[in-house]
Formats: sequence, structure tokens, C-alpha cells
Amino acid sequence: MPRFKVPAIPSSEITSESAFVSRRRFVGAAMALPLAGAAARALAGDTWTGPDGEALTPEAIVTGYNNFYEFGLDKTDPAEYAHEMTVDPWRVEVSGECARPGDYAYEDVIKGLTVEDRVYRFRCVEAWSMVVPWQGISLADVLARFEPTGDARFVEFTTLHRPAEMRGQRSVFSSIDWPYVEGLRLDEAMHPLTIMAVGVYGRDLPNQNGAPWRLVVPWKYGFKSIKSVVKIRFTRRQPRNTWNLTAPDEYGFFANVNPQVDHPRWSQATERRLPSTLFSPNRRDTLMFNGYGEQVASLYAGMDLRRHF
Amino acid sequence: MGSATSEAALRPRAGSLPAPKLVAWLICAGPMVWLGYAVAVEIRAPGSLLGADPGEAVVLYLGEWGIRMLLLALAITPLRRRLAWPALARWRRLTGLFAFSYLALHLLAYLWFLAGFDWRAIVEDLTERAYITVGAAGLLALLPLALTSTRGWQRRLGRRWRKLHRLVFAAAGLGLLHLLWLTKDGYGEVLAYGAVYLLLMGERLDHWRRTHA
Repeated sequence: MPRFKVPAIPSSEITSESAFVSRRRFVGAAMALPLAGAAARALAGDTWTGPDGEALTPEAIVTGYNNFYEFGLDKTDPAEYAHEMTVDPWRVEVSGECARPGDYAYEDVIKGLTVEDRVYRFRCVEAWSMVVPWQGISLADVLARFEPTGDARFVEFTTLHRPAEMRGQRSVFSSIDWPYVEGLRLDEAMHPLTIMAVGVYGRDLPNQNGAPWRLVVPWKYGFKSIKSVVKIRFTRRQPRNTWNLTAPDEYGFFANVNPQVDHPRWSQATERRLPSTLFSPNRRDTLMFNGYGEQVASLYAGMDLRRHF
Repeated sequence: MGSATSEAALRPRAGSLPAPKLVAWLICAGPMVWLGYAVAVEIRAPGSLLGADPGEAVVLYLGEWGIRMLLLALAITPLRRRLAWPALARWRRLTGLFAFSYLALHLLAYLWFLAGFDWRAIVEDLTERAYITVGAAGLLALLPLALTSTRGWQRRLGRRWRKLHRLVFAAAGLGLLHLLWLTKDGYGEVLAYGAVYLLLMGERLDHWRRTHA
């Protein structure tokens, strides 16, 4: 397995240690005791700080304004309909180039792994963005459990496909071929910034945000951060990803946030940071790799990012 | 019922709609009144009625109603003919002007809330993004129609007025293409509008064939 150097995350990018440790304890407890979520939240208080002092996007927007087409196309559809999805029990099927493939209970997959606070910028390909306080586990830790072989070069993820509970998957006017699939190069997946989020704002991840766990890759457009994952597959070859299959000229495999490479239908140079209001739209310049270039640019050294968009 | 009989039906119907003018205005202005209310609420309590990204919400709302009004305006003549309801003709100008107003506001909202009057970005949008180019072309095609919508211009232009106003067929087509090209997924809406458009254009073709047989 490749080795990684721990990235130098500026201190402004992370929560103070004491807040982090105490909250981590509470989130851990919250995961063990379903009822403890609200209590943990009350105890933790609003101590998260955004990267570079950027304001957090309010929880109501983080959990009320979502793209999760499995539940409808409107941004408010997921919050309205995602409760129809059963997330307990939850199984995770692991396959491909690894020593320990199998059909696992979700609890067993995450058992014993450290839940950390990560306050990340979240940049949607549609040119809006948020700052979100996630609680998550390192994807590298998760993947290591399955002992990927030397042949594993990519990881493919699949979202739950259950039309009976996911009304968007029943739509006859959708051009998406369900289930939703996404993929990462193994070095991207193993990068210390890459997490599987299990909570947000100190609560268990709400269904509309991809319960019970979802990928978060902060330097890529949001559609890479696949929700409600039920399958993990290690592959030799680059997997396909849903939006690339749906509109190959508009969405690539890498989908790194890049202000210099426009989406064919709109500019990616700026973004509307939510909350945005009519007369102060909170527009800001989009940062290369969403501001995480110092940590991740080396992954793409020598690559033509215009071609590999 | 053919068009030959519709000449005889040109007499106003006895007992038409109750307060038809009020009904027509309510239909056309209702969505705009609601938007005005929503914007007023938004200014006092951000994020309440227009969601987390109100700029985009306003632009989409105005575009949506612009297309609906345009289809409504296009439906007036076919309905007048097929229902032998000549009084409808009075509402063609009203619906057309409302369609233009919604779409002009749609443009203004895009320039203001989405593009932030950044003219470099706007020129880039216009020249590099086909859906914006066709949308702008459609709106541009409506401009002379709005300007010549008065009785005075109708008289002055005479025969040419009808020819000129056929531009609305192209404008609506461009508007639908604009919607189709900006749709990411969920094609039900654009299919429904497209079907209405084709139906209304089909009626015109049918009428033209009958009268030119």
C-alpha cells in the first residue's frame, strides 16, 4: 500500500484540540447510544470554526438544501422524502482486488474507528458552496480493513438502489441509470483529507445528507462525494461514475474543483456561498482544489487538468 | 368545425365569463404578485420563502412563468378558432405582454442575482454557452413584438404586422431549446411544454392547410 505524508493543514483549518477531543467523545457516544445525539450537540456547543475563519453554513441549509436525485430534483425534495429510506439495518458489500471481500454489517465496518471533526468547504458543480462541520472516519482506515491488493488502483462506490423507498429512482423522466456510482483513484481515496462522514453538526448524518455514511472529498465537486454507500469495490481500471455516464462532456472522472476549467454551461470561476441572499449573494472566487491545493496538488503533478476535468 | 364556420361565430357570445378581465389579470399577474410578496419576505427574513439560494430561485421562477405565459399567449388563437370563442382574441395582447414582462424580468434577475452585472462574465455566457445564446435570441425576438403591440403600430404596419408577429413562434421555440439545454435531468417538464408547443403549432399548420387548400 502506498505511504502518505500527513498534510500540513493550517491551524486555521482545524478545530481547536480541546473542542475536538471533547466533541469526538460525544459523537462517539452518540453513535453508540442513539438517544445521545441531541445531548452531545447541546454539550458540544457551536464551537466549530470554518477554514480561514469562513462562516459555517447554517445547519438548516446543510440539511435542507441538497442534491440527492434519488429523492427528487428539487433541492428541498431530499429533506422531504429521504425519511422513506431505511438505514438500519445497513449492509456494505466489499469486492474486487482485496484480501477480505464480503458482505458486512455497517456497524462492523466502522467499529473501533476514530470519528473526527472535519470542517470542510463543500463546492457543488452548480457553483454554490457551503462550509460544513462533518464528523467522519478516515476512508484510508476503512479501506485498510479490507486489505486491498497491489492490483487495486481505484475504488468504486455504489449508492443504495431501492426504488420502493427512493422515489427519484422511480421517475420515468430521469436520464440517470441507477444506482448512482462514483470512484476515486486509490491514492485519492487514501488521502488523509478524504473521509466517510457519519455525522454533521454533531448529529448522526440525516438521511438527506447520505445516511448512514457518505464519502466527503473536499477538493472535488460535490457529486463525487457519493451518499448512502452500500458497495465498495477495488478495481484495476478506472471505474465509471454516474454523471460522467450521463453527460460525458460536462462531468469528468476527476472533477477537481478548478476555477480555470468552466463547466460547458456556466463559469466555475466564482461561487455563491450559502447562505446567499438576494441583494448580497455572497459571491466569492472559487479556489483551486477548493482551497486544499497545498495538501492535494501533488496527487495531480504533471496531469493536464483541462483534459482530465 | 372548420374555419369557414368561424366567420359566422364572430359575434360575441352572450353571457361570457364573469368579469373576464379580472380573471385574465389574476391568471397573468398572480405569479408576479406572489414573487413580489416572496421577495419582500426574503428581504426581511432571508431564506424563508425563496430557499437557501434565492437568486437562482427567482431566475428559475421567472423563466418558468415566462414560458408558461408564452404558451398561453400562443394558445389564444387556436382556442378562439376551435372553441369558436371570438372574445378570447382580446386577451392575446395581454398574455403576450405578460409573457414578455416575465421574461424581461428573468433576464434582469439573471444579470443582477446570478451574473452580478459582471459584464465580462455575461459576454462570456452569451458567446460560449449555447443555452444562454438561444435564450437571449428568443427574448430579443420578442422585443419588437412588445414594442409594436399597440393598436397604433398595428394600424401603421398593416399587413406587415401579422408577418412580424410570427416571430413569436421562433421565440417560443428558442425558449424551449434554452430550457432543454439547461436541464440536467428530469425531462418531464420540458417534454410537457414541448408537447403543448407542438400541439399549438400543429393547429396553426392545420388551419393554414385548410385555408390554403
